[in-house]
Amino acid sequence: MKQANSISNRRQFLADTARTASAVTLLAFGLGLYARQVQSLPATAIRPPGAIAEKNFLSACVRCGLCVRDCPYDILKLAGPADTISIGTPYFEARKIPCEMCDDIPCVKACPSGALDKDLLDIDNARMGLAVLIDQETCLNFQGLRCDVCYRVCPLIDKAITLDLQHNRRSGKHSLFIPVVHSDACTGCGKCEHACVLEESAIRVLPYTLAKGELGEHYRFGWKEKQKAGKSLVTPDEQHEFNLPKGMEYDYDGKGLIQNNDDVPFSSNPLDSLNRQTEQNP
Amino acid sequence: MSATIYPGKAAVETYGWLQAHKWLLLRRLSQTSIFVLFLLEPMAGIWIIKGNLASSLIFDVLPLSDPFLLLQSLFAGHALETTLMTGTLIVTVFYLLVGGRVYCSWVCPLNMVTDLAARLRGKFKIKGGIHFSRQLRYWVLGMTFIMATVTGTMAWELFSPVSAVQRGIIFGMGSIWIIVMAVFVFDLFISRHGWCGHLCPVGAFYSILAIPSLVRVSAVNRDQCDDCMDCFTVCPEKQVINPALKGQEFNRGPVILSANCTNCGRCIDVCAKEVFKFSHRFKNSSHIPVVGNKEARS
Repeated sequence: MKQANSISNRRQFLADTARTASAVTLLAFGLGLYARQVQSLPATAIRPPGAIAEKNFLSACVRCGLCVRDCPYDILKLAGPADTISIGTPYFEARKIPCEMCDDIPCVKACPSGALDKDLLDIDNARMGLAVLIDQETCLNFQGLRCDVCYRVCPLIDKAITLDLQHNRRSGKHSLFIPVVHSDACTGCGKCEHACVLEESAIRVLPYTLAKGELGEHYRFGWKEKQKAGKSLVTPDEQHEFNLPKGMEYDYDGKGLIQNNDDVPFSSNPLDSLNRQTEQNP
Repeated sequence: MSATIYPGKAAVETYGWLQAHKWLLLRRLSQTSIFVLFLLEPMAGIWIIKGNLASSLIFDVLPLSDPFLLLQSLFAGHALETTLMTGTLIVTVFYLLVGGRVYCSWVCPLNMVTDLAARLRGKFKIKGGIHFSRQLRYWVLGMTFIMATVTGTMAWELFSPVSAVQRGIIFGMGSIWIIVMAVFVFDLFISRHGWCGHLCPVGAFYSILAIPSLVRVSAVNRDQCDDCMDCFTVCPEKQVINPALKGQEFNRGPVILSANCTNCGRCIDVCAKEVFKFSHRFKNSSHIPVVGNKEARS
């Protein structure tokens, strides 16, 4: 009787343990899948300055909101239960309100867990994302207009965004002032996206993983290698002597076609040519 | 079961309503004032404490951090940061003094929700539901660490109603009411004391953290016990009472040593015979006859 009891007790114990273990395992599966899903941050959500790589961020951030509280412009928010962002983590949306890039970076100072890297001392070194002029079909500057707003509001004007001149083929006589973002300076603050005058911004701050291409390790640009070596590495440089117009030379260091003034049959002053014609046909 | 209409009726009749709800009222005061302190800044611009229960800063100097979060972060593969470690240390020492699950009964905002569910369950005589093992929470606790390691993120924090609700209150997220309702309904209809008493890994963690904690409830006057069962009825972890209250004949001391006692003090409130009071773990000799002589009882 006693033995039977102990066997039945043991069975009961094993059954209970198995049941508990399976229930918890099921819960773990659900949790694991859910964790995988929310690991991908929506492209519109930007982490505060100094945020470490997203995967590490999710293991470091304790979701205390101290960065949110110390942000003097109330830009940062904590993700709520209904957001598609990993719950409780801080973020901002550039189109709604962009980072003001405080010099003393209070949000990073407030972080107790190292999710925001304290080695970030100069806000210009922040890389919250990368601005990308994502729609050339609606960007007013691409239509030949002088909107320039993204360029003007950029805290690193002429470094992070420059206006590059291109020929306007529509009018034939104007320039296009093309906003070009430079990843070596852009902090991803989102001022440009916020300020874009269109209904939907043509320039947007995207996560680096979406915004940036990456060359293969093996890939080399010939002209850069040539500059590094100080000479051509393959064949000796040759002038395009047969194809160039008379009096023109070609500069391989980037200037392109240049005029060799000593060798030009025409005067640099166009009036001289006109005068010569009137002299010949009085 | 008790012959009284509701647990604690005898105590109310003997000592008055206020005295018979003393610890309950103090706990509600503690639970609410913590959130009032956190909300003083956004509401009134007064800096006393900022952050939330995960990690906070008092008067801009004293850091407090949740050790459960620190551990999850470690399991997820993040290195230790000094501020977080200091905060964790302070909090750990605090709970080692007052009792680990004081977090559950004096701090956690969900306690009010599950207490209400338990009370309504008693009042409307809602019976049945799923029965979980009291050990389940330790399995869940282990699972949170394993999942942190497997996913490389604090996976539990994505789900944790405790974290979501306390954060939601402090940072004004309306949608946390869904979570509050879910826990309430779960405790009311699906499982008695289901969340706090069986599932929640936060409580499980704090119970382990402060196994040797100092402040404990003691059934000092257990000789006076008239077996009215009121303390068993109100206790959210009723299995912890018996060893202390009925331990005399086994030569056990009167102190409730189980790490799952939340030090909520409800047993002290509802006992008309003043059997229980707050004491400490070292005052646990079973040989001190408190009232009368113990041989006579056995």
